[in-house]
Amino acid sequence: MTSSTPNLATEIEAATGVNPATCYQCGKCSAGCPMASESDLRPHQVMRRVMYGSRERALQDESIWLCLTCETCSARCPNGCDPARVIDAVREIAIESGQARMPRNIGAFHKAFLEQIRTNGRLHEMGLVLDYKLKTGDLMKDVTNAPGMFARGKLNIRADKIDGVNEIKRIFEQCGVTP
Amino acid sequence: MSTVAENAAPAGTEDAAPQKTPRGVAYYPGCSLHGTSPEYDESLRAVVEALGIPVAEIPDWNCCGASSGHTTDHLLGVALPARNLALAEEQGFDRVLAPCAACYNRLASARLAVAEEDGLAERMPEILGRPFANTVEVFNAVQLLHEHGALIEEKVAASLAGPNPFEGVKLAAYYGCLLVRPPELAGTDDPEQPMQMDDIINACGADDVDWNMKVECCGGAFSVSRTKSVVRLGRSIVEDARRNGAEAIVVACPLCHSNLDLRQKAMTTRGEQPLPILFITQVVGLALGLPAEKLGLGRHFVATEPLIKDLVARAAVRVEEEKRLQAEAEAKAAARAAKRAEAEKAKAAEAGGAAAPAGAPVPDAAPDAGGDA
Repeated sequence: MTSSTPNLATEIEAATGVNPATCYQCGKCSAGCPMASESDLRPHQVMRRVMYGSRERALQDESIWLCLTCETCSARCPNGCDPARVIDAVREIAIESGQARMPRNIGAFHKAFLEQIRTNGRLHEMGLVLDYKLKTGDLMKDVTNAPGMFARGKLNIRADKIDGVNEIKRIFEQCGVTP
Repeated sequence: MSTVAENAAPAGTEDAAPQKTPRGVAYYPGCSLHGTSPEYDESLRAVVEALGIPVAEIPDWNCCGASSGHTTDHLLGVALPARNLALAEEQGFDRVLAPCAACYNRLASARLAVAEEDGLAERMPEILGRPFANTVEVFNAVQLLHEHGALIEEKVAASLAGPNPFEGVKLAAYYGCLLVRPPELAGTDDPEQPMQMDDIINACGADDVDWNMKVECCGGAFSVSRTKSVVRLGRSIVEDARRNGAEAIVVACPLCHSNLDLRQKAMTTRGEQPLPILFITQVVGLALGLPAEKLGLGRHFVATEPLIKDLVARAAVRVEEEKRLQAEAEAKAAARAAKRAEAEKAKAAEAGGAAAPAGAPVPDAAPDAGGDA
């Protein structure tokens, strides 16, 4: 634990009300985690890093961005540690401290998604996918699905912009989020 | 039978409740039901109309932020859905129907956060720029239909002209994550072995499937950004349903639907038959005898037509078979009666003048033995 940086466990507890030290490493969270096989750090290991205050290792790991927020870990935790909420908070601190190492595609998706909401108040899938493609350079992604979706009435050309879009902009400002 | 408005009221006030919310429930469709899953919106509207439940779309609703919202910032993940609760509140509703499992989770989670987190209730009107008292309850389509299970059963029996196409059909109820987790938000009967959707399937006349992947994650929001994970997770879901005899998977979430429907092509190997993915509202609609076009059944990637045609054909065969069995049984009964009459006649002739006691065991046993042979 370093003394120069704030204690991650304390910070997490302040943000979530969850004391990471209550995790006794039984691993039940990781046993049910759908992304465990693709992650370097599994949920109980993230809990361990947080508990020990290995700040960089926790904040800079890619695994926290592979969490699907399916909540299986939290639902099954026998000690009520809520790893899903802790991982959410770790991600937030990682973004705030500029240490987030999210996979490019996932980061681009979240960014494009939030930009859609801020501009229109609602999600415009076509706009989201186009923006995502520009952000990732993955231009051919799902191109073959587009005609099928269009034919089935699942793709709107025009965005559905709400009247209260200024209220949405206000919410983003009030929360200090700029996509 | 109870209405939604009545169910919104505390127990014991059933009679007074309809006056309290005369316009029924507020409806929050969410972006997916306006975008990639219009069939969920269409089938839901058709079903609530058929069941006589009034719903009114919240004017000028906004996106709930989905996972991108709360993954980026906790407060944003609360404030975006809270604006919709504030709008519903302004309209005088005390209940919001959010059929999309992800929207449901965000709206319910915002309601809980504002109620429980220090200072959030006070800050919220300032953040939203509108009054907000956090008085509106949130519920999803599974809860709505489950509350009306008895009504559905009754209407299914009354509204079908012909045989019920779902009788004896095995449907796998897939709940995924956000209809059951977190348990304190989802209000489910059991987070590991939920039965609410299974009950609705049974109310429609179909059989539920006992399988393993009911509450496993489909990959949710990674559909675009990490498709390989979605295909891996979806494959295990579809394969388990098929292994347990399901003829279709039933969902109540547009994300689960597109991950299992749109991405199924990438999951299917070895020339397997694709498994149709139906919204629970489409199943109820079909059982209520609503036309397939009204339920958006033509909008899926895995075609639903072959299954529906097959169900109708099987129902017709079943009816024919029942008719044949009944005719056979009637013929047998008639033959037995004739035999008995003949035996009695013969016995009467044989006995002649001798006074045999009526109801002797021997003549009675004879026709039965003949019937069994």
